[in-house]
Amino acid sequence: MTEFVGAEARLQSEMESESRLAAGDSERSAQGARPGGDDESAAAKRLSRKRLIFRRFKRNRSAVVGLYIYGFLLVFAFAGTHIAKWSYSQIDRGEYLKSPSGSHWFGTTQAGRDLFAMTVHGLQKSMLIGLTVAVFSTTLAAIVGSFAAYFGGFIERTSLWVIDLLLVLPSFLLIAIVMTGRGGRGGGVWPLIILITLFNWMLSARVVRSLTQSIKDRDYVRAAKYMGVRGPTIVFRHIIPNISSLLIIDATLNVAAAVLAETTLSFFGFGIQSPDTSLGTLIADGQTKVTTFPWIFVAPSVFLVLMVAAINFVGDGLRDALDPSSLAGGKAA
Amino acid sequence: MARFLARRLLNYIVLLFVAVTAAYFLAATQLHPRQLYEVSNPPIPVESINKSLDAYNLNDHEPVIDRYFDWLGDVVHGDWGRAPKGASVNDEISARIWVSIRLVTIGSVLGVIIGVILGAWTATRQYRLSDRITTFWSLIIISTPVLVLAVVMKLLATKFNQFFDSGFFEFTGETGRHAPGRINAWGDRFQHLLLPTITLAFAGIATYSRIQRNIMLDTLGADYVRTAQAKGLTRRQAVFKHALRTALIPTGTYFAFTIALLFIGAAITETIYSWRGMGVYGVSTIAGQDTNGVVAVVAFTGVCVLVGGFLSDVFVAILDPRVRQ
Repeated sequence: MTEFVGAEARLQSEMESESRLAAGDSERSAQGARPGGDDESAAAKRLSRKRLIFRRFKRNRSAVVGLYIYGFLLVFAFAGTHIAKWSYSQIDRGEYLKSPSGSHWFGTTQAGRDLFAMTVHGLQKSMLIGLTVAVFSTTLAAIVGSFAAYFGGFIERTSLWVIDLLLVLPSFLLIAIVMTGRGGRGGGVWPLIILITLFNWMLSARVVRSLTQSIKDRDYVRAAKYMGVRGPTIVFRHIIPNISSLLIIDATLNVAAAVLAETTLSFFGFGIQSPDTSLGTLIADGQTKVTTFPWIFVAPSVFLVLMVAAINFVGDGLRDALDPSSLAGGKAA
Repeated sequence: MARFLARRLLNYIVLLFVAVTAAYFLAATQLHPRQLYEVSNPPIPVESINKSLDAYNLNDHEPVIDRYFDWLGDVVHGDWGRAPKGASVNDEISARIWVSIRLVTIGSVLGVIIGVILGAWTATRQYRLSDRITTFWSLIIISTPVLVLAVVMKLLATKFNQFFDSGFFEFTGETGRHAPGRINAWGDRFQHLLLPTITLAFAGIATYSRIQRNIMLDTLGADYVRTAQAKGLTRRQAVFKHALRTALIPTGTYFAFTIALLFIGAAITETIYSWRGMGVYGVSTIAGQDTNGVVAVVAFTGVCVLVGGFLSDVFVAILDPRVRQ
């Protein structure tokens, strides 16, 4: 879908960086193959891979700023409820559609609810949904993708078929149908998290599969196999750790994708239901009155864009830092 | 090659059939068209509710499996069924497809063309000021969901109209009141199309410039570009003939894949600018407990996805000589 193009675009670029990431893995195992064999290790102080990545990331100013902004928003989302004068569901009678003031920092809505408290509450929801969906869906993608590639045969064919099927189905409409069907039982965050996860893992799983295919015949995997290590153990011990670069990037970008999915669903009334509040419901409410009472739209939008932008900048920095052919590293050793 | 394509096509059809069937069962069990009749005042007797629902094959007292086979029989004959109040799904969709096409075509084509040019240009200037500025802004726009971007555009247009005391920007619907005459009618359409087109183009430019820049950076550093320069081509010739052409393949594939999805994917733009296209229809069928309508939209989307996938295969075959053999 055009409006979710961002999510697909990032996978496109993941696809290309995938070969480079795999190349990095081979470099690493090549180094491991000759332990202490090179003289440079004696001469120059060698950095561990973790330190190297950390250094590269730190050099990317916008990524670091993004990380700080995200951290700030995270703290704000959970501490904000304590500094707010009102609760998000509280109604201040007589104060309808008031512009920002001393008692209502971001103004009030038509029902007289405090926009600051509502925005903080919505931000909290988005944070929760973004982080949990990212962890769940990347985990699912890693497991399905690597098992499919490692075991091949029936498992691979079945999982590829399921992936294709889920890609053909328009996720937005199906989630909306299920959420509407739940109707009176309330929207709730957890059904939404599960549904978004269910329709979010497929493209990453495909990337994981093709990466796994490129490393499953490496010596260390074969050695483990001949020593009699069981298949699933090999996957968890040798394969998944070796594609961790991709998984970290994927999880980061999934945070943004999940937040956008939730916001869009709530915007159309299929996600979080009133009286509960999310950034999506607030924007939907605010956009109808944007020319006369702009603050209802502005507050949630600013926080939403800030959050997604921060995640994207961090993701960009991570990709540069984890990419072995990256020029961002400068002095690598 | 032909056998490969035929097998692929068969696989697509099976996939689509399973997907639509799954969607039917999901929609038929989760949506409740009966509710629409039950809320009416004065209340309608149960018998007449059942009669109406039976007529549209929406009666939840009948087993889902029976309804499914009735529905399937009609679909085979090209009839996608009725909405809970009797409107024909076929009529609705055939009118809305054209609205969607009129809405998204110009915006998305502009988005991809400008995006590709911008991406290719910034790639040749990596890490210079112009590249940094473009990268920064494209990341900001990618991070701005359409539901924010479209509203911001609308707000800016209103301010513009107020400031110049004009009605230049129109932002509700496809057409409005205008002076008689064909030229005025076209002008009116243009004014209504302007804002959604800018919105869609912005989103497209940001996305495609990102993709194109990333791919172009890879091809610019490739050996064959260096070879081309070594054998005497200028940098400019090498970039255009070898780097850009190669870098267009993935972007083109991606565009071919998404072009089919444009029909359905503009739900937010349609909502904010009040166009009655396919995206809004998809949303309204669910809100309106319209089982048959939503399944038809799912099927339509599925066809779009598969056509997009097929188009991108064909596109690669045309552009990439290695695949053709």
